[in-house]
Amino acid sequence: MAHYSQTAAQTNALDRLVTNKVPRGAFKKIRRHWQLYILISAPLLYFILFKYVPMLGVQIAFKDLNAMDGIWGSPWAGFKHFQTFFEHPNFWNLIRNTLVISLYSLIVGFPAPIILAIALNELKNGVFKRAVQLITYAPYFISTVVMASMIILFLSPRIGLIDHIRTAFGFESINFIAKPSMFSSIFVLSDVWQFMGYGAIIYIAALAGVNTQLYEAAKIDGASRLQKIIHIDLPSILPIMVLLLVLNMGQLLNVGFEKVYLLQNPLNVGTSEIISTYVYKIGLVQANYSFSAAVGLFNSFINLLLVLVANFTARRVTGSGLF
Amino acid sequence: MEVSYKIKEPFTDKILLVFIYIFLAAVLIVILYPLIYIVSSSFSSPLAVMSGRVWLWPVEPTIKGYTAVLSNPRIWTGYGNSLFYTAAGSFISVSLTIAIAYPLSKKTFYGRGPIMYLLIITMIFSGGLIPFYMTVKQLGLVDTRWALLLPQAIAVWQLFIAKTFFQETIPSELNEAAEIDGCSDIRFLLSMVLPLSKPIIAVLVLMYAVASWNAYFDALIFLRDSALYPLQIILRDILIQNTVDQTMMVDARTMEARQGMKDLLKFSLIVVSSLPVLIIYPFVQKYFVKGVMIGSLKG
Repeated sequence: MAHYSQTAAQTNALDRLVTNKVPRGAFKKIRRHWQLYILISAPLLYFILFKYVPMLGVQIAFKDLNAMDGIWGSPWAGFKHFQTFFEHPNFWNLIRNTLVISLYSLIVGFPAPIILAIALNELKNGVFKRAVQLITYAPYFISTVVMASMIILFLSPRIGLIDHIRTAFGFESINFIAKPSMFSSIFVLSDVWQFMGYGAIIYIAALAGVNTQLYEAAKIDGASRLQKIIHIDLPSILPIMVLLLVLNMGQLLNVGFEKVYLLQNPLNVGTSEIISTYVYKIGLVQANYSFSAAVGLFNSFINLLLVLVANFTARRVTGSGLF
Repeated sequence: MEVSYKIKEPFTDKILLVFIYIFLAAVLIVILYPLIYIVSSSFSSPLAVMSGRVWLWPVEPTIKGYTAVLSNPRIWTGYGNSLFYTAAGSFISVSLTIAIAYPLSKKTFYGRGPIMYLLIITMIFSGGLIPFYMTVKQLGLVDTRWALLLPQAIAVWQLFIAKTFFQETIPSELNEAAEIDGCSDIRFLLSMVLPLSKPIIAVLVLMYAVASWNAYFDALIFLRDSALYPLQIILRDILIQNTVDQTMMVDARTMEARQGMKDLLKFSLIVVSSLPVLIIYPFVQKYFVKGVMIGSLKG
């Protein structure tokens, strides 16, 4: 090896380049890049404070929290709060409402962006295609509060757009938002309206990446447009579909609190009360911390279970999972 | 004789294409019509809105709704607060996101694996609302502006987008060359990585800014002082809970006129509150697409 006059640091760096040798020992590696560790300390502190400390805080679900003793000092209560929740007359109603809304969302909301992306993929690039793309994902930027108020305005019996259309055709006027049976449809269909375009972006990108030789070969073999969609398009977006499905499964019980809460009213509460709105009302409005934390923990636990099952199934069926 | 080598499109394909056009046109109308309806209603007269005479274009055009909205001091306070939360919040969020995404993008960073695990765990499990609220309360952030800036500062998804971008666009040779020349890690980040990463910084700023402009839940649980309220909370009071200040009703004498005014106000308010996002939307749309696409490359 040639010898140059160089500083220790330079020798080190060169050494690493030439022999691909990484300095041994954790301490040495950290000292070498101490500035990066300073840099990462603030965000790490963020994750500890706002993500991991609350995880320790779930212990209040097993305690009888009182203001005097705080989280750590309050006496243990075992599974008392969980038992109260399971025996609560509202328990099955909450579970059913949550599952109905989330499964309905999954069944209707999951394929919608895929269909839109495949349809768009069939068009040649042009004004119409760009207009559809630009306009379909504009609603994504509407805030939940505005979205909820739009829903209420459009569905209201007096000035609502839907009602105008119904009465114009001679149907009777209906106060949709006050009908418990309509709540899940209102929630899911408005979600499709708002997020279909945005959800399609990812699939459009995947479809744009498909090797064009595949289409040419299929064309020569006499494949129809529909056959190309089924045998080329769908398999090429399958990995992303699986990934998003696993992620969605993990959120099954986390139905968007914000929109449900905003659309809730005393008349539809029978079907619109879900676990997260219940946790909010019992916990923060009525300050029943321990019981509410137990309900929340039950929710998190089921979610965790669902994401693990979904991931396992995805791995078994398609050979690729999320982790 | 000329022979055409072009393969003729089968008849069924043409039918399918027609169906696709009809489907997409229907989607376009269903999405566009409510948006046009809201803007048209906001420019119509209160009575036209109330009696349902607006179908597509403004009826008896006025700007009464807008003058009423803009004369309300609460809306101005909310607007100001929201601008502050959006600007300060995005700055904090983007800085923190880069500060963790950059070290994690380096394969040689010691401790990378365990930290990645810590991050993924937060994606699939959380303490839930109540412990989260109590933590923020113990930190003394409840009812301060910090409550809307810090607790949700980093989104793990955005973090992974930034990390993937750094990994794919900053060649490790560049870093090694700089290191040999005696360039420190911080200096390399500031004078090499950041200038090369303008597109991803734009993506992050936009994603955080839109989320923070539209957020209302954190304000709902953490803020009591109405002087700190962001626009979305004030919107909720007026749009959903129907509490309208009498000051906004000065023109309306009769009961009917009042009701009409209330309805008109809502439409105008929806337009006013969505304006900042809608104005920038056509220009920044491509960055959002880019962000989603980078995110889809690798988790």
